[in-house]
Amino acid sequence: MTTTIGSTRPRRTAGPRTAGRRSTPLTVAMFAALAYFLLPLFWLVVASTKSTEDLFTTFGLWFSDAPRLFTNIQGTLTHDGGIFAHWLLNTVVYAVVSAFGAALLAAAAGYGFAKFRFRGHGATFNLVLGAIMVPTTALAIPTYLMFAKVGLVNTPWAVILPSLVSPFGFYLMRVYAQDAVPDSILEAARLDGASEVRIFFLIAMRLLAPGLVTVVLFTLVATWNNYLLPLIMLNDPSLYPVTVGLASWGSQAVGGGSGANSDMLALLLTGSTLSVVPLVVAFLLLQRYWQSGLATGGVKG
Amino acid sequence: MTATIAASTADSRPAGAGATRQRRVDARNGRAGALFAAPFLALFLLLFLAPLGYAAYLSLFQTKLVGGTSFVGLDNYVRAVQDPLLIRGVVRVATFFVIQVPVMLLLALLFALALDSGLVRLARVVRLGIFVPYAVPGVVASLMWGYLYGPDYGPFAQMSKALELPVPPFLSEGWMLGSLANVVTWEFAGYNMIILYAALRAIPGDLYEAAAVDGAGAWRIAWSIKLPALRPALLLALMFSVIGSFQLFNEPNLLQRIAPDVIDSAYTANLYAYSLAFTGQQTNYAAAVSFLLGLVIVIVSYAVLLTANRRRSS
Repeated sequence: MTTTIGSTRPRRTAGPRTAGRRSTPLTVAMFAALAYFLLPLFWLVVASTKSTEDLFTTFGLWFSDAPRLFTNIQGTLTHDGGIFAHWLLNTVVYAVVSAFGAALLAAAAGYGFAKFRFRGHGATFNLVLGAIMVPTTALAIPTYLMFAKVGLVNTPWAVILPSLVSPFGFYLMRVYAQDAVPDSILEAARLDGASEVRIFFLIAMRLLAPGLVTVVLFTLVATWNNYLLPLIMLNDPSLYPVTVGLASWGSQAVGGGSGANSDMLALLLTGSTLSVVPLVVAFLLLQRYWQSGLATGGVKG
Repeated sequence: MTATIAASTADSRPAGAGATRQRRVDARNGRAGALFAAPFLALFLLLFLAPLGYAAYLSLFQTKLVGGTSFVGLDNYVRAVQDPLLIRGVVRVATFFVIQVPVMLLLALLFALALDSGLVRLARVVRLGIFVPYAVPGVVASLMWGYLYGPDYGPFAQMSKALELPVPPFLSEGWMLGSLANVVTWEFAGYNMIILYAALRAIPGDLYEAAAVDGAGAWRIAWSIKLPALRPALLLALMFSVIGSFQLFNEPNLLQRIAPDVIDSAYTANLYAYSLAFTGQQTNYAAAVSFLLGLVIVIVSYAVLLTANRRRSS
């Protein structure tokens, strides 16, 4: 019954019986693996400092003689009336609203299921649990068909609403609330005459905070990276999130280097780099939370 | 887990005179619980069950140019299970699953064990670096690898040309599934590694001490202590991989633009459902196909879980 969300328990600092010993062959092997994961991103960063012409004529994994990162960034941000900045902003709005909304909904429901018994308790829980296995993309087309019927397509809600329901977040919060909110505190607060709503917002939410951060991060990444849902829901380029926007530039840049599209390639690669930076920075800053949070489902089970 | 909690709260209640009053309080508390769950459950109903129900309903109809929409029962499903394009797409993602998932999970497992062993220098840097691709949107990852694979100025092509070797045909028909598998592995190996690594860190230290006292070596410890402890985490990773493989869409959709001759609109099952709904305008049939596809995924997930669980109990 141990959950590890958000807890940075001081465990073994090194592996068993090997403290102090280091293996050079293993280190070399792991750095080779690291190169596989990081070199493509290095290529992307290098590419975003090049003109389209240099992309074809210079070696991909090193900078050209005339790096022009800022020219490229400026070009990306001003192209087509600054549409790229618009896309970034859309992504931030969709992702932040979805992530916090989903986490709050999941926390309230997880708490409700963990600390109370009500009619249909078990059956409802199993129903939602089963929904974890229903893939989001298999749901995307049915959702589109329904939203088209009620006139919700091509609005921001078409992207935000489906992202608000996170069965996995609900499951995590229920498991987490079970241990993180002791019954004795709830009893004491009730004896003091606090209402259930007050208890939830003032006491339980505070105890649930580490779990909430995990669900927020999960949903944030999922919405930030979401492609299929906005692709089918939105027609208006000014509503696109950055993923769909970049994909549309990608189509224009096909065959790069020739004719009217020659600049698209440099813009596309610079835009890609710009869209990656915020999440990578967020992950590096918040590593204390997600490293343990990601494990919750796996340690239990 | 649910059962034990319920039982323990029920047992702690006073019996006799206070029972009626207590029951009333419980009923009130129970209602409060339902209220906390209500917003989530309402949205779950509206945005999860309702679309599925609506798609199920739509899948029972057919729209023809002449004659309009009519109820056709299970005709769409009969057509779907015989549709060579759909079958080809499902077989392709199944092939993808069988090749890509074991490779990815094995890599994640090896990385996690290596990092947990304490033998690697700068382990934290390595761990974070391997995880970074997870934060890269699938769209960007696919675009990026698409250019890396490029036969003109991709770095692999450049190096091959410099060494006067043949350029590897990443985007050719024979290589494409492998190239896609590489993109997906690149994106998710680090994520799975973190899940497994965290599970390894949760193993109590005294287990290792006991094993050491019994004279177990590093391999023996990995086999008898670490692997069993990783079971739940591996199962979780496996389940998410089933779901991920069978709904493969982003990567083929984006690589389609640079290799339109290799990736057609029915390359994966999900891509097929998408093109049916949006370019083919065959709404009813698309609903049946996505419904069927969701069903296949749920069945495969359950089958994987059941097989894994049976192996444990035997």
